[in-house]
Amino acid sequence: MKTSIKKTLLASVVGAGLMAAGGAYASEHPVKLGLMLPYSGTYTALGEAITNGLQLAIEERGNQLGGRPVEYVKLDSEADPSKAPQNMSRLVRGDNVDFVIGPVHSGVAMGMLRVAKQTGAITIIPNAGLGAATNELCMPNVFRTSFSMWQDSYPMGKVAYDRGYRKMVTITWDYAGGKEDVAGFKEAFTEAGGEIVEEILVPFPSTEFQSYLAQIGSLNPDAVYTFFAGGGGVSFVRDYAASGLKDNIPLLGSGFLTEGNLGALGDAGEGVLTTLHYADTLDSDANRQFVAAYQEAYGKVPDAYAVQGYDTGMMLAQALDKVAGNTEDKEALIAALASVELESPRGLMSFSDSHHPIQNVYLREIRDGKHEVVDVAYEQLEVPDNACKK
Amino acid sequence: MLHRYPKRVSIIMLVLTALVALFPLWGPALFGARSDFVLEQLTLMLILALFAMSLDLLVGVVGLVSLGHALFFGLGAYTLALASPDFSPASLWWMLPLVMLVSAVVALVVGFLVIRTKGIFFIMTTLAFGQMLYYLVSTSPYTGGTDGVFIMFRPSVAVGDTLLLDMDNPLTFFYFCLGTLIVGYVFLRWLTRSYYGQVLDGIHDNEHRMEALGYATASYKLIAFVIAGVMAAIAGMLAAMQYGFANPAQLGWHTSGEVLMMVILGGMGTIFGPILGAFAFEILLHTYEHLTTHWPILMGITIILAVLILPKGIAGLIIAPPGRDALMKSPLLRWFNRRGQAGSAAVKSSKPAAKSSKPAAQSKEG
Amino acid sequence: MDLAFFGVQLLNGLQYGLLLFLIASGLTLIFGIMGIINLAHGAMYMIGAYLVWDLTMRLGNFWLAIVIAIPIAIVLGLIIERLFLDTLYKRDHLYQVLLTFGLILVLNEAQRIIWGGDVHSVPVPAPFDGSIQLTDNLQYSVYRLFVMGVCLALAGVIYWVIRHTRLGIIIRAGAVNRDMVEGLGINVRTLFTLIFSVGVALTAFAGMIAAPLTSIAPGMGDSILITCFVVVVIGGIGSIKGAFWGAILIGMAETFGSVLIPSLASMVIYLIMAAVLLVKPRGLFA
Repeated sequence: MKTSIKKTLLASVVGAGLMAAGGAYASEHPVKLGLMLPYSGTYTALGEAITNGLQLAIEERGNQLGGRPVEYVKLDSEADPSKAPQNMSRLVRGDNVDFVIGPVHSGVAMGMLRVAKQTGAITIIPNAGLGAATNELCMPNVFRTSFSMWQDSYPMGKVAYDRGYRKMVTITWDYAGGKEDVAGFKEAFTEAGGEIVEEILVPFPSTEFQSYLAQIGSLNPDAVYTFFAGGGGVSFVRDYAASGLKDNIPLLGSGFLTEGNLGALGDAGEGVLTTLHYADTLDSDANRQFVAAYQEAYGKVPDAYAVQGYDTGMMLAQALDKVAGNTEDKEALIAALASVELESPRGLMSFSDSHHPIQNVYLREIRDGKHEVVDVAYEQLEVPDNACKK
Repeated sequence: MLHRYPKRVSIIMLVLTALVALFPLWGPALFGARSDFVLEQLTLMLILALFAMSLDLLVGVVGLVSLGHALFFGLGAYTLALASPDFSPASLWWMLPLVMLVSAVVALVVGFLVIRTKGIFFIMTTLAFGQMLYYLVSTSPYTGGTDGVFIMFRPSVAVGDTLLLDMDNPLTFFYFCLGTLIVGYVFLRWLTRSYYGQVLDGIHDNEHRMEALGYATASYKLIAFVIAGVMAAIAGMLAAMQYGFANPAQLGWHTSGEVLMMVILGGMGTIFGPILGAFAFEILLHTYEHLTTHWPILMGITIILAVLILPKGIAGLIIAPPGRDALMKSPLLRWFNRRGQAGSAAVKSSKPAAKSSKPAAQSKEG
Repeated sequence: MDLAFFGVQLLNGLQYGLLLFLIASGLTLIFGIMGIINLAHGAMYMIGAYLVWDLTMRLGNFWLAIVIAIPIAIVLGLIIERLFLDTLYKRDHLYQVLLTFGLILVLNEAQRIIWGGDVHSVPVPAPFDGSIQLTDNLQYSVYRLFVMGVCLALAGVIYWVIRHTRLGIIIRAGAVNRDMVEGLGINVRTLFTLIFSVGVALTAFAGMIAAPLTSIAPGMGDSILITCFVVVVIGGIGSIKGAFWGAILIGMAETFGSVLIPSLASMVIYLIMAAVLLVKPRGLFA
């Protein structure tokens, strides 16, 4: 049904140009990357940033992976989990892609992983942080270049305690991602000896926070820890500042609270402390180069999502170089991917047995509208998992 | 609704059914390595067709426009997910009755409340009830929340230790879904032509008159609501079986809106129309999503055009194919005329947009 | 719950409810008079917010942005009514539902094409950018008080128009019996166009004045739409009075529900709706 003549033509034209790079496996045959990311709806900005980062990484390598040209198949995940298995299947079985890159949304990840398990398709998750993806399910063909909710929030627990906070309130949306994030923070904070006096859950995706702010005011804790993202993150931080609570009760949060939203936050964000595996102000050669290249290509300062996309591209490049572009031998390919070590803009990054990144988590404070890195909150943090240990 | 269709309806439907049923014979030749994938998509379309058909009983036959029908679809999926044992397949012998029972009870309760409302109120209350269950499932600790739940094993159909149907075999599952759809269709055709169906018809035309004639119209409507709910739940169970996954989004109002679109696109009140509508809708969606990541705008325009040009859907075209006269009287032409822009261009473009069978174009971005 | 806390929540509930009223009033007007169910109502709320954000960024003045955005919203309503809805009045609600469902897809995607997927915000405009101290550690934005004032004033204006003007008589008559109004020789087409544009403009205006209080993000209209449906159902379709009390009730229920019974917070409004329907299937004020 597909326009196979056109496809062959295109492939041979592109391939001919790359023959020179040659010698590699089936160099006239493109590596197909299936992108299952949100290009419509609430998470659009994230999908676009990841795509940009990924394409930047591959462009920097001369638009090839392991000596083969690259073809993208973009499919809007709609951030609709009920369509996830169907869409994943379309990429894997219908378009026959070599790699699936996606998604952003945890619910979509759940649906995709079901098909990933059935088909053995190599899947790289560039965002969704649900714990089960690379932990309990423990699938050899699934990798993650992002984070887990736990990984980004756990280091904050100790930071909060060290800053002298003893009684805290947490507030997040009543959905899996939010609850996993807060659980990570709570684990470290209570281990250190702190106490969570109230865990507030806001119906997802409500951004009407006034009544909760009044509740926080009357509880009057030492500090507040929060996870919201996107529009919700902006609303919460602005409402928190407008309610005057920020002057008396410091606001700590997951990095996603403010990531990609600095412009919209304005002054309200000043002084908010967050932990995340990246900050665009990180002082390293790799990051400076990345930020400059990204700004030149897309006219924006990159955020963590863009880095996650970028690292996905870097990871693919490194692994495919190692197997000389051979995507047929899945076992070798998976081994190559698992052994990837990246000098990423976010710092050194490698993969655990469960294919989850081992990476630094940074403590960041917003100063003058920028995420300034205060400290490394946790160096080379590995997510503990029992299911997947070799 | 119409009870006697022209002969060509039966012929077309029989030919289409045969084509679908014989897919394993011609599919591999046409689609090659992709035929497994096409079979999987066909299976999904059969399931959605059952779902759309169940809504037609409410919308087309009784005239109750429900914008919360996904409630039952999701209910079927979640009943399967929650009642399945963790480490072994459930038996369809008790799973199917369970799904039917649960959905019937919920439909009875919801129906009791919503049947009392009419028109716009019915639309909005069904919508609100759908959202209520959506939030219940999204926030309940037992349902996996917004991430949804996996169903690790497809239910089995066995007698004693002998496996009758191996549901894990895509082909077997495909035929099972096809069989379920045919049974559902025959049942609905029988129902609508029965005495009970005549009463529903009467209610659709003029409820007050039926009331005056002494019919307890509320009960009749409630029964239809329950039947439609149970059928939608069966479709939802099959959908959850196919991918082993249930998610709150299956209950959301966008799902309800889409299935309503399938009914209209296919032609409401015809029972067979929504089947065609489900197929057409899915094929369009595939095509658009492959064309551009801005696909919602194409889908939106298609929906708007379908409403303006093709109110009777694909079925309407089959039952009464538009001759030249009909084209001249087409709503779009009238629409143009009212704006004083009538012209031959309008006649041309008034051909059914939904009927287009553009081959799925490949997206080659980047 | 001490008295101060109770008072603060009362204020929050009232403010939220009043904003809901502004959105729901347009919805209920369009329902009641025109018999049109407009699913794209939430999308118009979003467009109002984006419009005012865009114009504020360009012009540097929030108030000027609103002045320019309102006519744009009215014209948009006009175009939609004349282009699409005009042909649907005689047809079943079903078609209106679907057409406006299609409109949601188009409008949401148009938003993405024009303004992109990023989250934005509008700074709280002077002279309302101050705040007052409510409790030891809690302040209340003056702008929120201003929004309440505007909503109340608009509610008053709408009430006055409906009670005391010729237009209001037609509107009330139309809500009860549309054919009768037509029979009286009133130009229904013009009336419908007017009502739809005003209804759409009210929602868009709600999006505009809410913009400094919220974050402007894709899909922001979808969730508010359903809440407004509940408001209209509870109040009674076509009843402005019903929309007002329904909105206040829902505002209070969400505010207090989220604090008192957090486990049911997301469902509380639907439970109220079910209860109302059980007692009064046509809503409280119909």
